[in-house]
Amino acid sequence: MNPAMNNDFDLILEAGRTEKNYWRDLWRYRELFFFLAWRDILVRYKQTVIGIAWSVLRPLLTMIVFTIVFGKIAKLPSGNTPYPILVFSALLPWQFFANAFTEASTSLIGSANMISKIYFPRLIVPTSSVIVSFVDFLFSGAILIALMAWYGYAPSVHIVALPLFIILAFGAAMGAGLWIAALNVKYRDFRYVVPFIVQFGLFISPVGFSSNVVPDRWRLIYALNPLVGVIDGFRWALLSDNATLYWPSVAFSMVIVALLLYTGILYFRATEKTFADVI
Amino acid sequence: MSTAIKIEALSKKYLISHQQGERYITFRSAITDGVKSVGRRILHPAGGTARANQKEEFWALKDVSFEVTPGDRLGIIGKNGAGKSTLLKIISRITEPTSGRVSMKGRVSSLLEVGTGFHPELTGRENIFLNGAILGMRKVEILKKFDEIVAFAEMEKFLDTPVKRYSSGMYVRLAFAVAAHLEPEILIIDEVLAVGDAQFQKKCMGKMESVGREGRTILFVSHNMAAVKSLCKWGIVLSRGEVSFRGAVEDAVEQYIGRDSLNKNEIHWDDIANAPENEYIRLKSVSIKALHGSVIDIASGAEITIDFYNKVAGKYIGIALHLFTLDGVCLFTTGIFLSDKEKAEIGMFSTKCVVPPYLLNAGGYKFNLLFIENRSDLLYRVEDVLSFEVEHTATLSGGGYMGRAVGVIRPKLDWTYEFSAR
Repeated sequence: MNPAMNNDFDLILEAGRTEKNYWRDLWRYRELFFFLAWRDILVRYKQTVIGIAWSVLRPLLTMIVFTIVFGKIAKLPSGNTPYPILVFSALLPWQFFANAFTEASTSLIGSANMISKIYFPRLIVPTSSVIVSFVDFLFSGAILIALMAWYGYAPSVHIVALPLFIILAFGAAMGAGLWIAALNVKYRDFRYVVPFIVQFGLFISPVGFSSNVVPDRWRLIYALNPLVGVIDGFRWALLSDNATLYWPSVAFSMVIVALLLYTGILYFRATEKTFADVI
Repeated sequence: MSTAIKIEALSKKYLISHQQGERYITFRSAITDGVKSVGRRILHPAGGTARANQKEEFWALKDVSFEVTPGDRLGIIGKNGAGKSTLLKIISRITEPTSGRVSMKGRVSSLLEVGTGFHPELTGRENIFLNGAILGMRKVEILKKFDEIVAFAEMEKFLDTPVKRYSSGMYVRLAFAVAAHLEPEILIIDEVLAVGDAQFQKKCMGKMESVGREGRTILFVSHNMAAVKSLCKWGIVLSRGEVSFRGAVEDAVEQYIGRDSLNKNEIHWDDIANAPENEYIRLKSVSIKALHGSVIDIASGAEITIDFYNKVAGKYIGIALHLFTLDGVCLFTTGIFLSDKEKAEIGMFSTKCVVPPYLLNAGGYKFNLLFIENRSDLLYRVEDVLSFEVEHTATLSGGGYMGRAVGVIRPKLDWTYEFSAR
């Protein structure tokens, strides 16, 4: 077909054709991100007695358990920072990542009916489950503020850098979420892998302890886990006495996150056209 | 002339896995299969088709080409599995073609199922916004049309009730109302009329007809021939993934039904071993065909032919036919005494029964056959001998699509009236 005739049509569908208006379509459907997230938030606590309080209660209880286990029983050092704040400042990004990852992994399968009946950019589905987890993250953030107020603990000036680490956390959650969502459509094995990763990840990420306990020569390798950079960054930005941020590991985590996100989008786009056939 | 949709040599291949079990594959089997095929390739470099053993190719669409000009209303008809849904799925961008090309001009909306994306826990109001967004409407558009949608669905009272408490009729009404208020240039509809009560179906048809009059391009798939004929101007018949007919919608419907009824409405038991029989009676063949024309519809009437072999001499025998709707409502019984005065000999009986025009309503029917001795004793009974369809092609008024009239029979009765001016 000659190019002049191509211009006549808005949309051409062919095997293996990468749509040039992919991102424009995504923009046209931008409201759907929020509608889907809004739906999930609305639906989640319907027919529950304490409703939205669950999103506060869950991280709060985890924090208490961690404080007792690591702070009181294992007596890990926390410097001058109250142990609950040390734990919670790490729990915040970790829970965001873990929730987003878990929700994104089942998001496509959960909307199988929609995917096999309606066209919309598939990227919206896992993304909106990350957004839902982000809303939970904001709720938990409010707890941290309350906790700091309770202990009369002022954050450091580094807090201006916090948005950077929030973006980093978002990127990590998105990248991992896209991979797992797309893989799960075809290989349902990943249903069983996800809880394992989340459980395991909690202990290999510096949530219950500070990554200062890791020897310096191992820290770069430790930063292969992208959550290390994120969590260290959160602590550095929020806690005033924990002023030594090991920047090489943060930079390394950034590279890993960027890589994860980029390949995640590539893999998702490569497979999304067959979702309706295999889901 | 400009073109709204242009489809060129479109094909879609599915791989059917012959492994039992679920449709998705596990990572382990993907890995082991991969390793196995690599191994095979190393061991048998010549045998390149190792995987073909497990997977079979199935062409849901094969080399389909047609064009639609803007404002055309095209009906796509064909049996289940003929590729209609696959075609619509490709055009609506849900799945990708294996080869060929689809080119389109204008905003496309497709309605392959009513109410997809509805969430049972959300209220009607919330679902209108959600569903609208999924179908590609902007929030401002939905807000603008909100009252219209609610009025069309006739459910002002239940707006704030969770959809899971709705009756299925209400659910469908709301879902269609949202979809009907999209304003695309190209509208793709699959079987949405199969749902809802007759009243609402009529309303949906009216809405779609008015959409058509506004100059939108419509692709419509349905098994309801009257709806297709009334809504569409052009028709395409698909059979086994290929276009078998293209032309005016009346010809397409005629073609489709004609072909269909040929092989369906008669059974010959040529092989005696398979014929239904007992010690008295053996069936040879049963058939039904239209009295007038080629299609059995309300106005055509029908002739039922039953050929059977009487195996025992010396009985007074008779035959009776019980006619049922497909959901099992008995309409009537009818019969004839074949040897009332003299005892029957061994041999073949060929019996015919005429069902007059304007008796049966459109719909599916089936019948049982009963062979009787001495006017009362049952010799042999065959259940569900044959089923047939009274097509929905003719209407009494001759007007547009009125929906299937209610009732199991559809008599044409004489009416008179008088009028006195006040």
